[in-house]
Amino acid sequence: MVEALLSVKNLYRRFGGIVATDDLSLDVPRGELHAIIGPNGAGKTTLISQLTGQLLPNTGTIHFAGQDVTRLPAYRRSALGLARSFQITSLLKDFTAVDNVALAAQAHDGHSFRFWGKARAEPHLRKAAMAALERVGLGPRADAVVSELSHGEQRELELAVALAAKPQMLVLDEPMAGLGVTESARMVKLLQELRREVTIVLVEHDMDAVFALADRITVLVYGRVIACDVPAGIRQNAEVRRAYLGDQQVAGHG
Amino acid sequence: MTQSLNARNVVVVLVITGLALLPLYSSISGNIFVLTLFTRIVIFALAAVSLNLIMGYGGMMSFGHAAYLGIGGYAVGILAFEGIGSGFIQWPVALLASALFALVIGSLSLRTRGVYFIMITLAFAQMAYYIASGLARYGGDDGLTIYKRSDFGGLVNLSNRVQFYYVCLGCLFAGIYLVWRIVNSRFGLVVQGVRSNEQRMQAIGFHANRYRLVCFVIAGTMCGLAGALLATNTDFVSPSIMYWTRSGDLMVMVILGGMGSLFGPVIGTIVFLVLEESLSQITEFWALIMGPLLLLIVLFGRGGIDGWLGRLRRG
Repeated sequence: MVEALLSVKNLYRRFGGIVATDDLSLDVPRGELHAIIGPNGAGKTTLISQLTGQLLPNTGTIHFAGQDVTRLPAYRRSALGLARSFQITSLLKDFTAVDNVALAAQAHDGHSFRFWGKARAEPHLRKAAMAALERVGLGPRADAVVSELSHGEQRELELAVALAAKPQMLVLDEPMAGLGVTESARMVKLLQELRREVTIVLVEHDMDAVFALADRITVLVYGRVIACDVPAGIRQNAEVRRAYLGDQQVAGHG
Repeated sequence: MTQSLNARNVVVVLVITGLALLPLYSSISGNIFVLTLFTRIVIFALAAVSLNLIMGYGGMMSFGHAAYLGIGGYAVGILAFEGIGSGFIQWPVALLASALFALVIGSLSLRTRGVYFIMITLAFAQMAYYIASGLARYGGDDGLTIYKRSDFGGLVNLSNRVQFYYVCLGCLFAGIYLVWRIVNSRFGLVVQGVRSNEQRMQAIGFHANRYRLVCFVIAGTMCGLAGALLATNTDFVSPSIMYWTRSGDLMVMVILGGMGSLFGPVIGTIVFLVLEESLSQITEFWALIMGPLLLLIVLFGRGGIDGWLGRLRRG
């Protein structure tokens, strides 16, 4: 078997008396779209914060692209090609959409200790930013300030920012959160396209989206992996039904 | 067209022209006092512009910025006292000392955020204040008189009032130009991005604190230059130059003029020091009028005077 792009071994993270990540192991091979689901409080966001470096585990290891990144700060992991979007939209609110994306492109284009030239006039940064914006359908809104964008547009911008870094792996924390039906459908379509180019770890509550997109699904409950399988296998898994999906919902998908 | 004709730009052009022609007015009218006052204003404006770089653009609320005034001033004063009169040595030393001080306190205090950052920068500035007070050889509490201004060979004569004024003004304009280049550069965008959302900047691959620290050092160095000018202007330097109220004054100048606006701090400094000067001539309780006045401007003019001017166009 090919070595996994992302390999998590025995990850453990505690907050006081609460165990948020409990002896968690996970392998994501290159090219896979791997969904992580679980009820509220299962530790999904805690897990991906550890993957991308906002949070450090107590014990366990994380390998990315063959390198031990367990203790690397977020900005170093980003340089290795690990990009994330946030569940609660986290953008530069007083910057324009295109500036948000251009900064991400700039982060991966040498150092930024350049004090003199006008960054906004650098054609290749602008071009990369515009390409990422077009990709998510935000081209016409490039010059809008983030705080003027709709919630749906901000979610799309989150994705464009992550894409601009030309990552090897996208870690997406609930990209559909708060989106309407049509916006969700657009996002699913977009992810369908993206999955061909980049490995994706997707945390999502929208079960239709997850089952439509995922190659494999990991189910978390109380920080533990209770199942990791292809979608069909997850549907049939009795423990998953009990813990999470509820019989009714599974029947709907069956 | 409307862009270039708004109230803000008109005021900026007026201020620049006014500052450039001031010595002319002073010599025609024989009013030397106004030149003295504005030399002081221009120097403090440079300090405010430097503070604005970290406070307005970088989101770093430094409450110890006056420390650099003292370090720049003492560098010139001490070297002059020890018989090293060349400005080509004094001034680079002043800048270097300020940069080093900024590097040390920056790398320590930038580990903190919010109120802690304010308090720790304040604490470092107060330390500098007490160290200066303890320099018995250099006058201690009483300060140090500079008997001879920096010697720049035949290049410029700092003892000439008008020449000195233009040196200060040149430094101010150069400082504003530098800040303008910086905030539009790659570096400047990163610093402003970190102000806006630090976590996001880390996530897209920037080592936020490294950029903040460099920005902190640039601002400190620029303010050190203002300190050297200030000490030269008064031919005197004392610990009170870096007392915490002085840092507070600088903050008020920046907030009054408009944080994160290129020219705002200059306007803020002019308003602040002219008010202080004219009110103190009317009554010795001038602070009682000045305080509430500043409060009103800051409360009702969001974005300071610059923000208010920006809104005039629409209103």
